[in-house]
Amino acid sequence: MSGVRVLIGTRKGAFVLTSDGKRDRWNVSGPHFAGWEIYHLKGSPAEPNRMYASQSSGWFGQMIQCSSDGGKTWEPVGNEFAYDGVPGTHQWYDGTQHPWQFARVWHLEPSLTDPDTVYAGVEDAALFRTIDAGRTWQELSGLRRHASGPSWQPGAGGMCLHTVLLDPSNPDRIFIAISAAGAFRSDDAGTTWRPINRGLKSEGIPNPSAEVGHCVHRIAMHPSRPGVLFMQKHWDVMRSDDAGESWQEVSGNLPSDFGFPIDVHAHEPETIYVVPIKSDSEHFPPDGKLRVYRSRTGGNEWEALTKGLPQSDCYVNVLRDAMAIDSLDSCGVYFGTTGGQVYASRDAGDSWAPIVRDLPSVLSVEVQTLP
Amino acid sequence: MIRVVLPAHLRTLARVGEEVELELEGPATLRSVLDALEGGYPVLRGTIRDHVTGQRRPFLRFFACEQDLTHDPPDDPLPGAVATGAEPFLVVGAMAGG
Repeated sequence: MSGVRVLIGTRKGAFVLTSDGKRDRWNVSGPHFAGWEIYHLKGSPAEPNRMYASQSSGWFGQMIQCSSDGGKTWEPVGNEFAYDGVPGTHQWYDGTQHPWQFARVWHLEPSLTDPDTVYAGVEDAALFRTIDAGRTWQELSGLRRHASGPSWQPGAGGMCLHTVLLDPSNPDRIFIAISAAGAFRSDDAGTTWRPINRGLKSEGIPNPSAEVGHCVHRIAMHPSRPGVLFMQKHWDVMRSDDAGESWQEVSGNLPSDFGFPIDVHAHEPETIYVVPIKSDSEHFPPDGKLRVYRSRTGGNEWEALTKGLPQSDCYVNVLRDAMAIDSLDSCGVYFGTTGGQVYASRDAGDSWAPIVRDLPSVLSVEVQTLP
Repeated sequence: MIRVVLPAHLRTLARVGEEVELELEGPATLRSVLDALEGGYPVLRGTIRDHVTGQRRPFLRFFACEQDLTHDPPDDPLPGAVATGAEPFLVVGAMAGG
């Protein structure tokens, strides 16, 4: 019988949850790397037992861990993320120029085809790649060297490159997103990049329609339609039908269009999920009700999914990398909260139950569907 | 022989006990001890000193013989008791965070 493995990064370690295809009983393994911040861990699509984890600490810096046995054992690999050449400066919170400084790896995106190749999105914003299973990392510096680079500035959480999407139909095409610079696309395997932010409007920047400066929180795609992108921006839920050339708002009837994660149903490319958050200064669900919203129309028309989720006095947040979807039928939807709960739905969002509920604050959730 | 005491998280990473013993060829200084430590335990590279700048990470301190050596010049000799192994060289994580 098939099964699923849920990979959870938290403020104080990593946890691996496993279940068979019924997804009603869960085995919890962890904490791995206890006491360290685990911003993200993810398995290789090409070799699911190969997994990579970003382990960091304010005291001891960045580590990358690699597992070849599905997360049972781990080995530290390379942790040197050196910017290519003289890194230069970007805009700081006070408007001055600030040197690019590596802080941590936010997101690890393993190659779709090669288990030894992984992309790393880091703070201060840059994209790195390893082709030797994490032993060494090289910056794809064409992104950071984009002419707009000196104007990029950090969001409240730091200037992080948090989203990396690999186009399954075109190995040369990569999408990334940076808070708060915006979305960028490469059509030459990461050598050169251009902003893809036309149609975004952000009231918090001097020119609301500027080429860069938008606080993109997350982008998602369905692998069968890699030209269709869905975005949760700081405010606004957006979609693009032309690989980011233009964006249209699809917030529709959401109670708030602020939020962090966005994801796509495994088998229905027009079915998408978000978790509305009240506002940028009140990072919790509106009215104390934790609701996932689902659109079966690719946006604009949204329904609240509440069955099994707390509908009073709930003031957790759901961070940008903390939602994932398995590919069973019907697909499972998973998300983790800053309160340490991980909720799962076995029926594409119709009903929910916690699969673990007292973890440290959850930073990321990934899921692997196993044969 | 130099004795080095590491904070708990670095012991876990390096898979060592409370103390690490190092042999130095030259004089015992902050730099030579850290070089030998990283040479013997490459997994610690980048965790005590930044890879790029070589600077001490801000939340780490170096103590020995009840002295704070953190801000001493990196090539100054360490106390004789550290050089002989009578006293350990301590890498200490600052008390901060949650």
